[in-house]
Amino acid sequence: MFGDIFNAQFVASSIRVAIPLALAGLGGVFSERSGVINIGLEGMILSGAFTAVAVTNFTQNPWAGVLGAILVGILLGLIHAVTCITFKANQIVSGVAINLFASGITVFFCWLLFNETQIMVKTSLPIWGLPLPSIGEGSTFARNIIVMFAHYSPLVYLTIIIFILAHLILFKTPFGLRLRSVGEYPQAADTMGVNIIKMRYMAVMTSGALAGLAGSFLSLEQAHFFVKEMSGGRGFIALAAMIFGKWTPLGTAGAALLFGVGEALAMRLQGVLAIPVQFIHMVPYLLAIFVLVSAVGRATPPAADGIPYEKEIG
Amino acid sequence: MPEIALEMKNITKRFPLVVANDNVNFKVYKAEIHALVGENGAGKSTLMSILYGLYQADSGQIFINGKKIDIANPNVAINLKIGMVHQHFMLVPPLTVAENIILGMEPKKNNIFIDMEKAIKRVEELSESMGFKIDPKAKIENISVGIQQRVEIIKVLYRGAEILVMDEPTAVLTPQEVEELFEILKSLKKQGKTIIFITHKLNEVKALSDRVTVMRRGKVVGVKNTKDTNQEEIASMMVGRKVIFEIEKEPLNLGKTALKVEKLEALNNKGLPAVKNISFEIKEGEILGFAGVEGNGQTELVEVITGLRPTSSGKIFLYDKDITNYSPRNVREDKIAHIPEDRRQRGIISNYTVAENLILGSHYRLPFNKGLALNFTAINNHANNLIKNFDIRPSDKDNLLKSLSGGNQQKVIVARELYGEPKLLIAAQPTRGLDVGSIEFVHQQILNERDKGKAILLISADLEEILSLADRIAVIYEGEIVDILDPKKTNEKELGLLMTGSTANKKLLKVK
Repeated sequence: MFGDIFNAQFVASSIRVAIPLALAGLGGVFSERSGVINIGLEGMILSGAFTAVAVTNFTQNPWAGVLGAILVGILLGLIHAVTCITFKANQIVSGVAINLFASGITVFFCWLLFNETQIMVKTSLPIWGLPLPSIGEGSTFARNIIVMFAHYSPLVYLTIIIFILAHLILFKTPFGLRLRSVGEYPQAADTMGVNIIKMRYMAVMTSGALAGLAGSFLSLEQAHFFVKEMSGGRGFIALAAMIFGKWTPLGTAGAALLFGVGEALAMRLQGVLAIPVQFIHMVPYLLAIFVLVSAVGRATPPAADGIPYEKEIG
Repeated sequence: MPEIALEMKNITKRFPLVVANDNVNFKVYKAEIHALVGENGAGKSTLMSILYGLYQADSGQIFINGKKIDIANPNVAINLKIGMVHQHFMLVPPLTVAENIILGMEPKKNNIFIDMEKAIKRVEELSESMGFKIDPKAKIENISVGIQQRVEIIKVLYRGAEILVMDEPTAVLTPQEVEELFEILKSLKKQGKTIIFITHKLNEVKALSDRVTVMRRGKVVGVKNTKDTNQEEIASMMVGRKVIFEIEKEPLNLGKTALKVEKLEALNNKGLPAVKNISFEIKEGEILGFAGVEGNGQTELVEVITGLRPTSSGKIFLYDKDITNYSPRNVREDKIAHIPEDRRQRGIISNYTVAENLILGSHYRLPFNKGLALNFTAINNHANNLIKNFDIRPSDKDNLLKSLSGGNQQKVIVARELYGEPKLLIAAQPTRGLDVGSIEFVHQQILNERDKGKAILLISADLEEILSLADRIAVIYEGEIVDILDPKKTNEKELGLLMTGSTANKKLLKVK
């Protein structure tokens, strides 16, 4: 039975499940590193998921769908940025508003454009194969793993590239240094001539783009359909991954993989164990709570996270 | 005639409630150290913020090296070679020394990445040119305040600053660090840099500056050559009246032992020992001063005595009553008054009115509380009395505390704590950040209590304050009392050495 669960397909599905969590979590990293809490990731994922399917089905081009999802994410990020940065509104309330807005508007357009609540994806992205190293008569498990890694949706490879880039941008470039300083101590950054408002806008919009991309992967690649509320709390688990990953890209990726394993496990356990499905579905969420409780003591968010920037009057 | 580095002409800046700068004229010569003095709220910082482009003046002109310029934002100021070291350091704690210095002006390699090696080399060069060493890879959160200030200075030099504005740079330093800072500033002056030094410590003006500009209520009230003036003259210009510097103390008249602390131990927030085996006594009519660099256990000591922090061992007696590990309310009911070091955090509720703040801690008692409801007649009478007796301004009991100046907020705390005849007064950093007039007031109140026969525990990082008020001085270092001294037989230098744990000195004292 053990072998039935922990096989190569399990590894592959863990990675697939982890992708949207990792991308959205990375969006959280950018936003919060700049000092803006983005609880609207959930709504951005959902909107991205819908847009990807809608655009793909209209254009017959899944790449256009991905692009549309990213643009919608950026648009929602822009709305969040305007309310939180320019108008200094409460960032949690703005995020909640985006989530509620997204869950309503996606259903509305679903009916308006397709006249149903579940839309199937008509064209998928190609599967990209990598040239395989020849492997001998080794274990089939190892071979399966390599086969799995070599046959993924382009978005998986893209995600890996995005994470490497994000790490370099945050920690090795002037832009990253400025972004981090803006989220820690904006007053200091301001006196050094860093444009706080601009940095935060860019960060929050990047965050939206990544959440939109996460949504497109969810609907186009993982589910192959769109259905209402399909984001299913992934935006919040992504935030948990971000915290567990200590607001770093690589840490977030690791945490997302852990959650991916949890969810893959939940899928596998269905029908294998004599436990009600509902309990099995709880696994990823329980994992999130467990991880947060054990990590929170050690994880310190950026010091200015959630605080609108105001020049002191003195 | 020396060359003029900077001239600000007829600068006016209005904020919603005040005119912060009223037709200010300010002139600084090249390669001079120019002191800019004035009480809090006199408009010094506003003027410098305008120079640095953080604010825009409503009217007036700025000339640098004789050329009229507009400073729209800090970037313009940086390009004009103006650098500013802020009172609250503008350093990002989790970033390294080098990262903080290059922020906003990063050296690049391949046009994309930060060239960290080049940055580190430049930081080392700059620090060596001023005669000290610094670790460019150390994180700001792990280095001392004195070193952080050097990072700030390197930061402005890295940007090629020719005019350096130092906003109250000595407020957080130990006497030794102040001396070292003055050496650094003098060496910068020799290199031809112009330095504007904001302060309200007049001995520093005398020790360091060439000329001094005095501001009061948004206006310049005088410009002097430092050698042609004295502290008394500058002080009276600042305050607008004569200031008494020498504190007149009544002769010591000791009574019974009011507070006795025995072998007290306590942990800090990280669970490490912060108060180590501390024993002392305070008698009625006596001020015991605790001198020490901040973060050496003073905060925890006060918290333990006031019931805010548990003791891990040891005893505290008020007269003969054991009050160890009493709750804050019980401590207050035993008439221990506490002027907390962090005014905003623990002294006041800034969104409450003056009247409300004045009953905090006695709000549950008669006459302010009658059963379920508050007695507003009693509360308002109480407030009006204290406002009058303690000269709290503006004299409206319904003002929110946040709208008051720091000095008046402190008066509210002092009024509340002294009300009801405390047996023991604990005053932690009671004059921090206050202006000359308010300091005088608070000092007078503390001395009055002493002369009335109260026991007083004074904690201060300001050695001058400790030396002039205390009857005995306990020096605290790393949670231990290093020595207890007679203020008449010691000086700032000796205290400074003890405070920084100079072991050579400790040995010397033990031999004595």
